[in-house]
Amino acid sequence: MREEYIDKFASAREINMLNIKQAKENGRKVVGIYCTYCPQELVLAAGAIPVGLCGTKEEPIAAAEEHLPRNLCPLIKSSYGFAVSDTCPYFHFSDLVIGETTCDGKKKMFEIMLDIKPVHIMQLPHLNNTQASFDLWVDELRRLKLRLEEDLKVEISNEDIWKAVEVINQEKKAMKAICDLNRADPPPLSGMDLLTIAWSRSFSSNKSEMIDNMNGLAREVNLQEKTPGEPAPRVLLTGCPVGMGSEKVIRLTEELGAHIVAMENCSGYKTLELQTDTSGDDPIIALAEKYLAIPCSCMSPNPNRLDLLNRMIDDFRVDAVIDLTWQACHTYNIEAYEVGKLVKQKGRPYLHLESDYSNSDLESIKVRIEAMLEMIEK
Amino acid sequence: MIGIGIDIGSVATKGIIINGDIQKKTIVPTGWSPRDAGQAVIGKLLDLSGIDRAEVERIFVTGYGRVAFEEADKTITEIKCHARGIAELYPEVRTIIDIGGQDSKVIRLGDNGQVVDFAMNDKCAAGTGRFLQVMATALGLDVSELGDNEEPGQTLSISSMCTVFAESEIIGLLARGNPKGGIIAGLHQSVGKRVAAMARRMGVQAEVAFTGGVAINRGVQRALEQELGYAVIVSEACQYTGALGAALLASKS
Repeated sequence: MREEYIDKFASAREINMLNIKQAKENGRKVVGIYCTYCPQELVLAAGAIPVGLCGTKEEPIAAAEEHLPRNLCPLIKSSYGFAVSDTCPYFHFSDLVIGETTCDGKKKMFEIMLDIKPVHIMQLPHLNNTQASFDLWVDELRRLKLRLEEDLKVEISNEDIWKAVEVINQEKKAMKAICDLNRADPPPLSGMDLLTIAWSRSFSSNKSEMIDNMNGLAREVNLQEKTPGEPAPRVLLTGCPVGMGSEKVIRLTEELGAHIVAMENCSGYKTLELQTDTSGDDPIIALAEKYLAIPCSCMSPNPNRLDLLNRMIDDFRVDAVIDLTWQACHTYNIEAYEVGKLVKQKGRPYLHLESDYSNSDLESIKVRIEAMLEMIEK
Repeated sequence: MIGIGIDIGSVATKGIIINGDIQKKTIVPTGWSPRDAGQAVIGKLLDLSGIDRAEVERIFVTGYGRVAFEEADKTITEIKCHARGIAELYPEVRTIIDIGGQDSKVIRLGDNGQVVDFAMNDKCAAGTGRFLQVMATALGLDVSELGDNEEPGQTLSISSMCTVFAESEIIGLLARGNPKGGIIAGLHQSVGKRVAAMARRMGVQAEVAFTGGVAINRGVQRALEQELGYAVIVSEACQYTGALGAALLASKS
């Protein structure tokens, strides 16, 4: 049963492709999103299907490099490459694409993407502790709402937004419950399982079905008999996001006999504790509060990430931390200094890896992970 | 317990057999087949020690070629093996700088000789034995001759870290009639700077040991000491440190 659920998640990208094609034919709108900062509640409230477009595969990078510099982060190149080569059906089906000014690379890439698709760029403030930043972000949410209403020819009521808030709150709760299963020792889910589930979420055409599947999987795992396995090192992955196609660090770590028990990155746990507060009157304000609290390295300063990591290392009984930076992601690369200090203070080995989506450095990454695991051999 | 440790590096394969207090060691070029090189080392070690293959209880293998070697009872990373080897030779060492044929690393040791942190160069030949080998060829020398031919008093600064660009730079310097000895000293300084920066990033703690094939080169040792501001210990068998660590781990339960 457990495997059946995992298979469902693994095949979500394929199956939903057809669902979305059909939905489009029936007049539904599709909105492409790239980042956890994108308030997908507004997309849902507009009656559209939000789909994740963040590039996690190497294949389209060569096409992207015809327009973009080579020494740019692989995530941006992959995202743009899929768009420009028209090889991602989700991008293809998107009526509108939403981007954010999370980093220099993304904001300038989105400008070029305007040649291919209607792109709405949200100005994300880089401070999350000032009133001016907050006000700006609220304005940006309202501007997005207007854009969605105009482009998709709908009207979005507060009631629509509150309904969508409820759905996403549920979805985050369900995903968090799955991730929290791995606090157990041995962890019931492998890092590859976790990645499969997290990654497939972004392709779902039907949120409530997705939530049911997630809750179903959590139930199954809880019913499973706990079998004490061989003791294995418990590793936390942090840093840049990871998806199918860029999972090499997870795969190598698990091939070497360790467990990736949790992922702090934005494709993992980073946003899962954040629930939109439903007690206020204005859903836009409530959404702005939630999104601005995401502990991403594009925020300055970003103490909440260190706080989250600190708690996760304890909660998930972590033996070692791997911090993965995609080449040219300056904010995560620089923040690695602070993360390294924290992890070492907590007496855990810390491994900072800088890589891209290619397989050219598999051996050198492997030897580093192996040496880190040797440090915690019991 | 009779154990063998083999370090299959990109340039040379080193082996040590340990039988109680007796140690024998050997080295062969790795060539194109890490597996054959490993086999050759085992054969030589058995000959040298007069021990039968059947008497050898464990063979531990390290180095980049370790994965290709099926006879290994266990593979261990170079990082752990260098740490183990140095802890045996110089228990006071807290920082190891290892420069081999295709990579360089810095390893920090704790009070019991255990690895507490490490760093490795990225995917590039700068600051490795390969860099020096290419430069030696450009200078018409064998890489083993660099150490004796440097003139530190006339050090010419080599600014390119990239092996390909540095080679062009050297050809340019030679064409302008600069002395070889000064160029060689500059190359050593370049490697020293690169590796010292990596070490400082992690934090250097005395004593410092220098291991790997490049440690045979006294010029790099000199440059490293100058750049780090620390005296650097080089064992006579610096090239064998990884093999020694593997052999110690194999021969002691």
